[in-house]
Amino acid sequence: MKLDSNSENHKKKRWGMIVGIDKNMITVQFKGTLKQNEVGYAVLKGCRLKSEVIRIMGDKADLQVFEETRGLKRGDLVEFTDELLSVELGPGLLGRVFDGLQNPLNELVEKGGFFLPRGTYLTALPDDVRWIFTPRVRPGDSVEAADIIGTVPESIFIHKIMVPFYLSGRYQVIDIAEPGTYRKNEQIALLKDGRGGRIPLSMSFQWPIKIPVSLYRERLDPVEPLITRIRIIDTFFPVAKGGTYCIPGPFGAGKTVLQQITSRNAEVNVVIIAACGERAGEVVETIREFPRVTDPVTGKSLMERTIIICNTSSMPLAARESSVYTAVTLGEYYRQMGLHVLLLADSTSRWAQAMRERSGRLEEIPGEEAFPAYLESIVANLYERAGLVSLKDGTMGSVTICGTVSPAGGNFEEPVTQATLKVVGAFHGLSRERSDARRYPAIDPLESWSNYRGIIDIDTRNRILKLISRANEIDQMMKVVGEEGISLDDYLLYLQGNFIDSVYLQQNAFDRVDSATSSERQIKVFSLLMDILDTPLSVKNKEEARTYFGKLRQIFLDYNSSSEGSVEFHENERRIKDIVVEHQGDTSQVGKTSLRSVLVESDLDSHFRRSTSMKATGNGSLTIQKEEDEKDIR
Amino acid sequence: MRRISDKIIQISGNVIMVLAPGVKYGELALVSSERGDSFAEIIRIEEERVYLQVFSGSIGISTGDKVTFLGHEMRVHFSKNLLGRVFDGTGRPRDGRPSLNENLIQVSGSTVNPVKRIIPSRMIHTGIPMIDMFNSLVESQKISIFTTPGEPYNELLVRVALQAKVDITILGGMGLRYDDYLFLKNTLERDGALSRSVLFIHTAADPVVECLMVPDLSLAVAERFALNGERVLVLLTDMKNFCDALKEIAIIMEHVPSNRGYPGDLYSQLASRYEKAVDFEDFGSVTILSVTTMPGDDITHPVPDNTGYITEGQYYLTNKRIEPFGSLSRLKQFVNENTREDHRSLMDTMVQLYAFYQDTKEKKAMGFRMSSWDNKLLKYGNLFERDLMDLSVNMPLKDALDRGWGILAECFEREETGLRTELVNKFWPKEMILCHGEDQTYQDSTEKRKRQPEAL
Ligand SMILES: Nc1ncnc2c1ncn2[C@@H]1O[C@H](COP(=O)(O)OP(=O)(O)OP(=O)(O)O)[C@@H](O)[C@H]1O
Ligand SMILES: [Mg+2]
Repeated sequence: MKLDSNSENHKKKRWGMIVGIDKNMITVQFKGTLKQNEVGYAVLKGCRLKSEVIRIMGDKADLQVFEETRGLKRGDLVEFTDELLSVELGPGLLGRVFDGLQNPLNELVEKGGFFLPRGTYLTALPDDVRWIFTPRVRPGDSVEAADIIGTVPESIFIHKIMVPFYLSGRYQVIDIAEPGTYRKNEQIALLKDGRGGRIPLSMSFQWPIKIPVSLYRERLDPVEPLITRIRIIDTFFPVAKGGTYCIPGPFGAGKTVLQQITSRNAEVNVVIIAACGERAGEVVETIREFPRVTDPVTGKSLMERTIIICNTSSMPLAARESSVYTAVTLGEYYRQMGLHVLLLADSTSRWAQAMRERSGRLEEIPGEEAFPAYLESIVANLYERAGLVSLKDGTMGSVTICGTVSPAGGNFEEPVTQATLKVVGAFHGLSRERSDARRYPAIDPLESWSNYRGIIDIDTRNRILKLISRANEIDQMMKVVGEEGISLDDYLLYLQGNFIDSVYLQQNAFDRVDSATSSERQIKVFSLLMDILDTPLSVKNKEEARTYFGKLRQIFLDYNSSSEGSVEFHENERRIKDIVVEHQGDTSQVGKTSLRSVLVESDLDSHFRRSTSMKATGNGSLTIQKEEDEKDIR
Repeated sequence: MRRISDKIIQISGNVIMVLAPGVKYGELALVSSERGDSFAEIIRIEEERVYLQVFSGSIGISTGDKVTFLGHEMRVHFSKNLLGRVFDGTGRPRDGRPSLNENLIQVSGSTVNPVKRIIPSRMIHTGIPMIDMFNSLVESQKISIFTTPGEPYNELLVRVALQAKVDITILGGMGLRYDDYLFLKNTLERDGALSRSVLFIHTAADPVVECLMVPDLSLAVAERFALNGERVLVLLTDMKNFCDALKEIAIIMEHVPSNRGYPGDLYSQLASRYEKAVDFEDFGSVTILSVTTMPGDDITHPVPDNTGYITEGQYYLTNKRIEPFGSLSRLKQFVNENTREDHRSLMDTMVQLYAFYQDTKEKKAMGFRMSSWDNKLLKYGNLFERDLMDLSVNMPLKDALDRGWGILAECFEREETGLRTELVNKFWPKEMILCHGEDQTYQDSTEKRKRQPEAL
């Protein structure tokens, strides 16, 4: 038996008539009832343009059209569907590329060739794939929304077929399909509700994207680190499974590259990439390369754990707003199966701008920089959809959200950055200064922070950050008093800070080995680094000190790019240790004392004070950035 | 099918409003006034009120003038006959030759399906080391020259156009000074490149709104050529003027400005143009090189800022040099892997050292004692600026890389550069003899440059 999951809502068709057009917004006169966020189709010769109701006033409604509106005219008809903007959930999402409305882009090629055909919508999940279904319930069992009724294998996982999320209350299973192969629209179960109504189920169902899925038992504190294999993140500014973090930075600072590396290396089950209003070319790299890269964990291609939602900058604006919700809804769906999902959204500023344009067209009272006054709550609602949860069957699942932010003028004081900083658990601020100096990833160690637990204990992490911060101060001081104006002690600190920066914080994204450092290797290398810093050093003058660290750095870089366990790896490690021993002094010497004093004595933790105050008040110290930017570009 | 309205109800800025039922959004109309005919485009429909943006401006338009709706959107001729021709911002000939009225194509195109795009792989050689070596230009890239009024940006633009071996060049001029227009046209002509170019020129003397169509016309034509298998380079100068025209219309339409008067959709407007840069697999490609002038050299100004977020990098042209800082080609990593094995590392190292040099220069300016390291850096910085950064330098990539090693060897010891040992062993010039040789080559190339002053 065939079954269309949409058909149950099928009512008599309702129509409206276009009376106004302003870019991608149309005003429609209607009779009868209409729902906020209901989907309608503007009928144009030969195609239907998908739209969403965004405001209702009397007998007129404003709809945002997910397409170009050229060619529409007053008097054209709009067909309403009675449905909210939804996505289809079911097996067959992994490895696919969708637009912001879940149109499969590869399948659209058959319709439009090189170009995206206007007003053409395809079903997200393939109709013709046969899934091998294994039932997990028996007739007579009692079930509710999100309960598992069976499984099908989907690329790297056992995909759980669940009772549709929109069903409320308890149901009795009357019939369940035998093990065998079924297509997504075939009936696999029949449920009975309390009043005797019968509900047929297939393997897929619809869910409205703006409504969070919260069918879990409990939301938990995100305590387990999410390993990205990027050293500066995992060691110093860690992120957690189920947590949230943001990457603001001026253009060209490396936000996209950072997310691309993360999408390859992050230790999670599913990665969802939401390319939201950015360059199409950047997605292409992922689309073309992932199928060819093997994921060491699953042994299959990286694409099989990835979903791409691609609504790039020249694609319709309104769909850009939806794309982020589409992405997070798919994430919540997989979380419901007990999986760990990472959502990477690039860039949330473009998403916010889509909202700004809509708000402007509705002539709402503008807030700062013309963003709508409700910007903050919308940003907060999005990030709140992340979370580590325990499901009803006791398994855990998570959605982690990382959003890039593209602040106007690179100034973090603008509304989107500020709204985001208030709600995330970690902040990876990229600085123009670092990216100009090619210190990648350009995460600024002096401004970034994380509230999550990582692989290195917090005290050690802070000690080193303090050292880096101190080295930076000395660097600034040298700009004023010159190298001769500071003591050898201070100069050593400066060199140490620089050394950590260049061999540990910086990581070469294009080097086969260096681009990803496992947590075990990070712990090992970090402790080697600590040994080096703790070893008292015998040098007579600054020149000698600089030469020492120069040599050490050179070998350390070679060490970073030799694969773990290889001959060179051990060779380089030995050379590093040899050099350190060679320059070792006795404990009374300057190097030792100075390091101790800065790391242990000083309780003025300027770095962390600044970070927490910034988070609490959501303003202030970040502006320091700006002057530096200006200086750099000069 | 043609609808005519002879009552203009409102004239405000360059936007007029008429009552007209049954017209389509985006449709073109002809406004006939005593100053002649002008195209106008429908930009809003509100009940029976229809708002049109008049390309030639509203000066002299009377409420009694006739508005004829044409039933179609903006179109432009497309065929090989375009080559060698010069048009204005609405597609009318500017060169006194006949207009081309058949084979019309729609100016507003569709978006390329992202999955049909391919990873860029072909470098465009320009002979400018700051581009080829440090920020390679790549076919299908969109990149902008960030600069300030008075810099030789049009010279740079046309020099790239002449040295790049593309099939067709399309020049879109917006708000060009007449002199600049002549300079660009004559330079192309002198080099014999005009016959494989198409020019859409809006000069500073033309009505402001007319410049709005220049990028669309240029890119629509470029896209068609590309689909016919041609490798097309589109030059757009100056996009700041395009943005200012957008701002003007937005203000008339009473859109809430988001930043310094510019409309909130500036990003999307620019993106929909720049995203036309593409490489059609098995066909041709569109590469976009634009100019964005920054008022007061302020990169945080909304125009360069939004542009930077859209383009795949920028060349920062200041003091008649392309600065390594602030300049970036985001596609360089697709091509500089296959040029020469030392390209990437050498490029990174030289830029880092140049950053150190700038710190040192600052220190020196403040009167601090220079260490031996500082002195090395100073020497390095000067050589770098003279031999690689100077815009008059013109040499193939291979020579630029060799010169890079030469400069390093003249200034530093082998282990001081932070370059990987294996590269140093292979490329570090062999002691004195080669150093001397390098000097020799340098002199030779200076000689050559002196003999071709018009190279830039
Ligand atoms: N980790 C890295 N290693 C090496 N190069 C990098 C790294 N990160 C960034 N880059 C360089 O910087 C360029 C810009 O990076 P990216 O595209 O990520 O910037 P972005 O912050 O996303 O900018 P935008 O906001 O304009 O999208 C890259 O093309 C690359 O050349
Ligand atoms: Mg980016």
